[in-house]
Amino acid sequence: MADPSHIVAMVAVSAAITWALRALPFAVLAPMRRSVVVRYLSLHMPLGIMVILALYTVRDVPASGPLDAWAAMAALVVTVALQLWRRNALVSIVGGTLVNVLLVSLL
Amino acid sequence: MERRSPVPAIVVPVGLGLFSLGLAFGLVVVHAGLAWWWATVFTAVVYAGSLEFLLVGLAVAATPLLQVAATTLIVNLRHVFYALSFPLDRVDRWWAKAYSTYALTDEAYAVTAADPGEWTSRRILLVQIIFQVAWVSGATIGALVGTALPVERVQGLDFALTALFVVLAIDAYRARPDPVFACCAAVCAVVAWLLAPGQMLVWAFVGYTVVLVGRLGLARRGAHG
Repeated sequence: MADPSHIVAMVAVSAAITWALRALPFAVLAPMRRSVVVRYLSLHMPLGIMVILALYTVRDVPASGPLDAWAAMAALVVTVALQLWRRNALVSIVGGTLVNVLLVSLL
Repeated sequence: MERRSPVPAIVVPVGLGLFSLGLAFGLVVVHAGLAWWWATVFTAVVYAGSLEFLLVGLAVAATPLLQVAATTLIVNLRHVFYALSFPLDRVDRWWAKAYSTYALTDEAYAVTAADPGEWTSRRILLVQIIFQVAWVSGATIGALVGTALPVERVQGLDFALTALFVVLAIDAYRARPDPVFACCAAVCAVVAWLLAPGQMLVWAFVGYTVVLVGRLGLARRGAHG
């Protein structure tokens, strides 16, 4: 375990780098917002980024055993089905998460 | 005059998703052996979900700062892409812009990108503040609960984040249905995971950007030829 002063330094370093990564690109990219390429990218980025982030969050599931994988799969099906059916994000997120928590915790 | 709600409806489920994920993070912090208030410090100061989960492990292992810096850089490099479309130009004052970039999380980007409509300065900031309050309070409560009760049996809460991105992907697809791009993104993610599991996000984003630029190039050549 790191001592508290080291953890404080870790927090400071990660916070500073994270902020720089979020803020500095605006200075570089702002003049490019009118460019066709940048506009095309910003139009088609969201879908791809969401798909990639979703897959990123389940990247460790295959390695954590068949039970967790099946639970995640079932929860995923429930989430997608609820979202297609009700179009209510809260219902879909809570429903899917509940299925996963119940399956992983109880089985 | 019709009164508009100050924030879009999607903010409620995303805020609740962040809150429950915060609970999970708080539990992870105390289960790792750190004091409960570290959960508050991590979430309030660093405020980058997936990195914070990694930081807990790094703190437990007393990882050198240089390696912490490298990990931060790799995990959060994706935020560079958000500057392409996040409506920072609508945020009014410099200090508000400073906070807005500081709080430019995946969720904040996703919500503004999913519904590009009328984002005013006030609306953007309100959404970001709500998200951060949800995240920090969730983590603090989770850590306190984890300190007081043996809740090891409650697992799988972290699926809230997966569900959130799945829902946002479906909404993004509805707004702009493009099965080719959706499949390309999935392929990029899987290939990046296979080739560079430690830097999956960065390489998946780079790959997807290359696909987009390539397709734009083809479309333009087609238009001129």
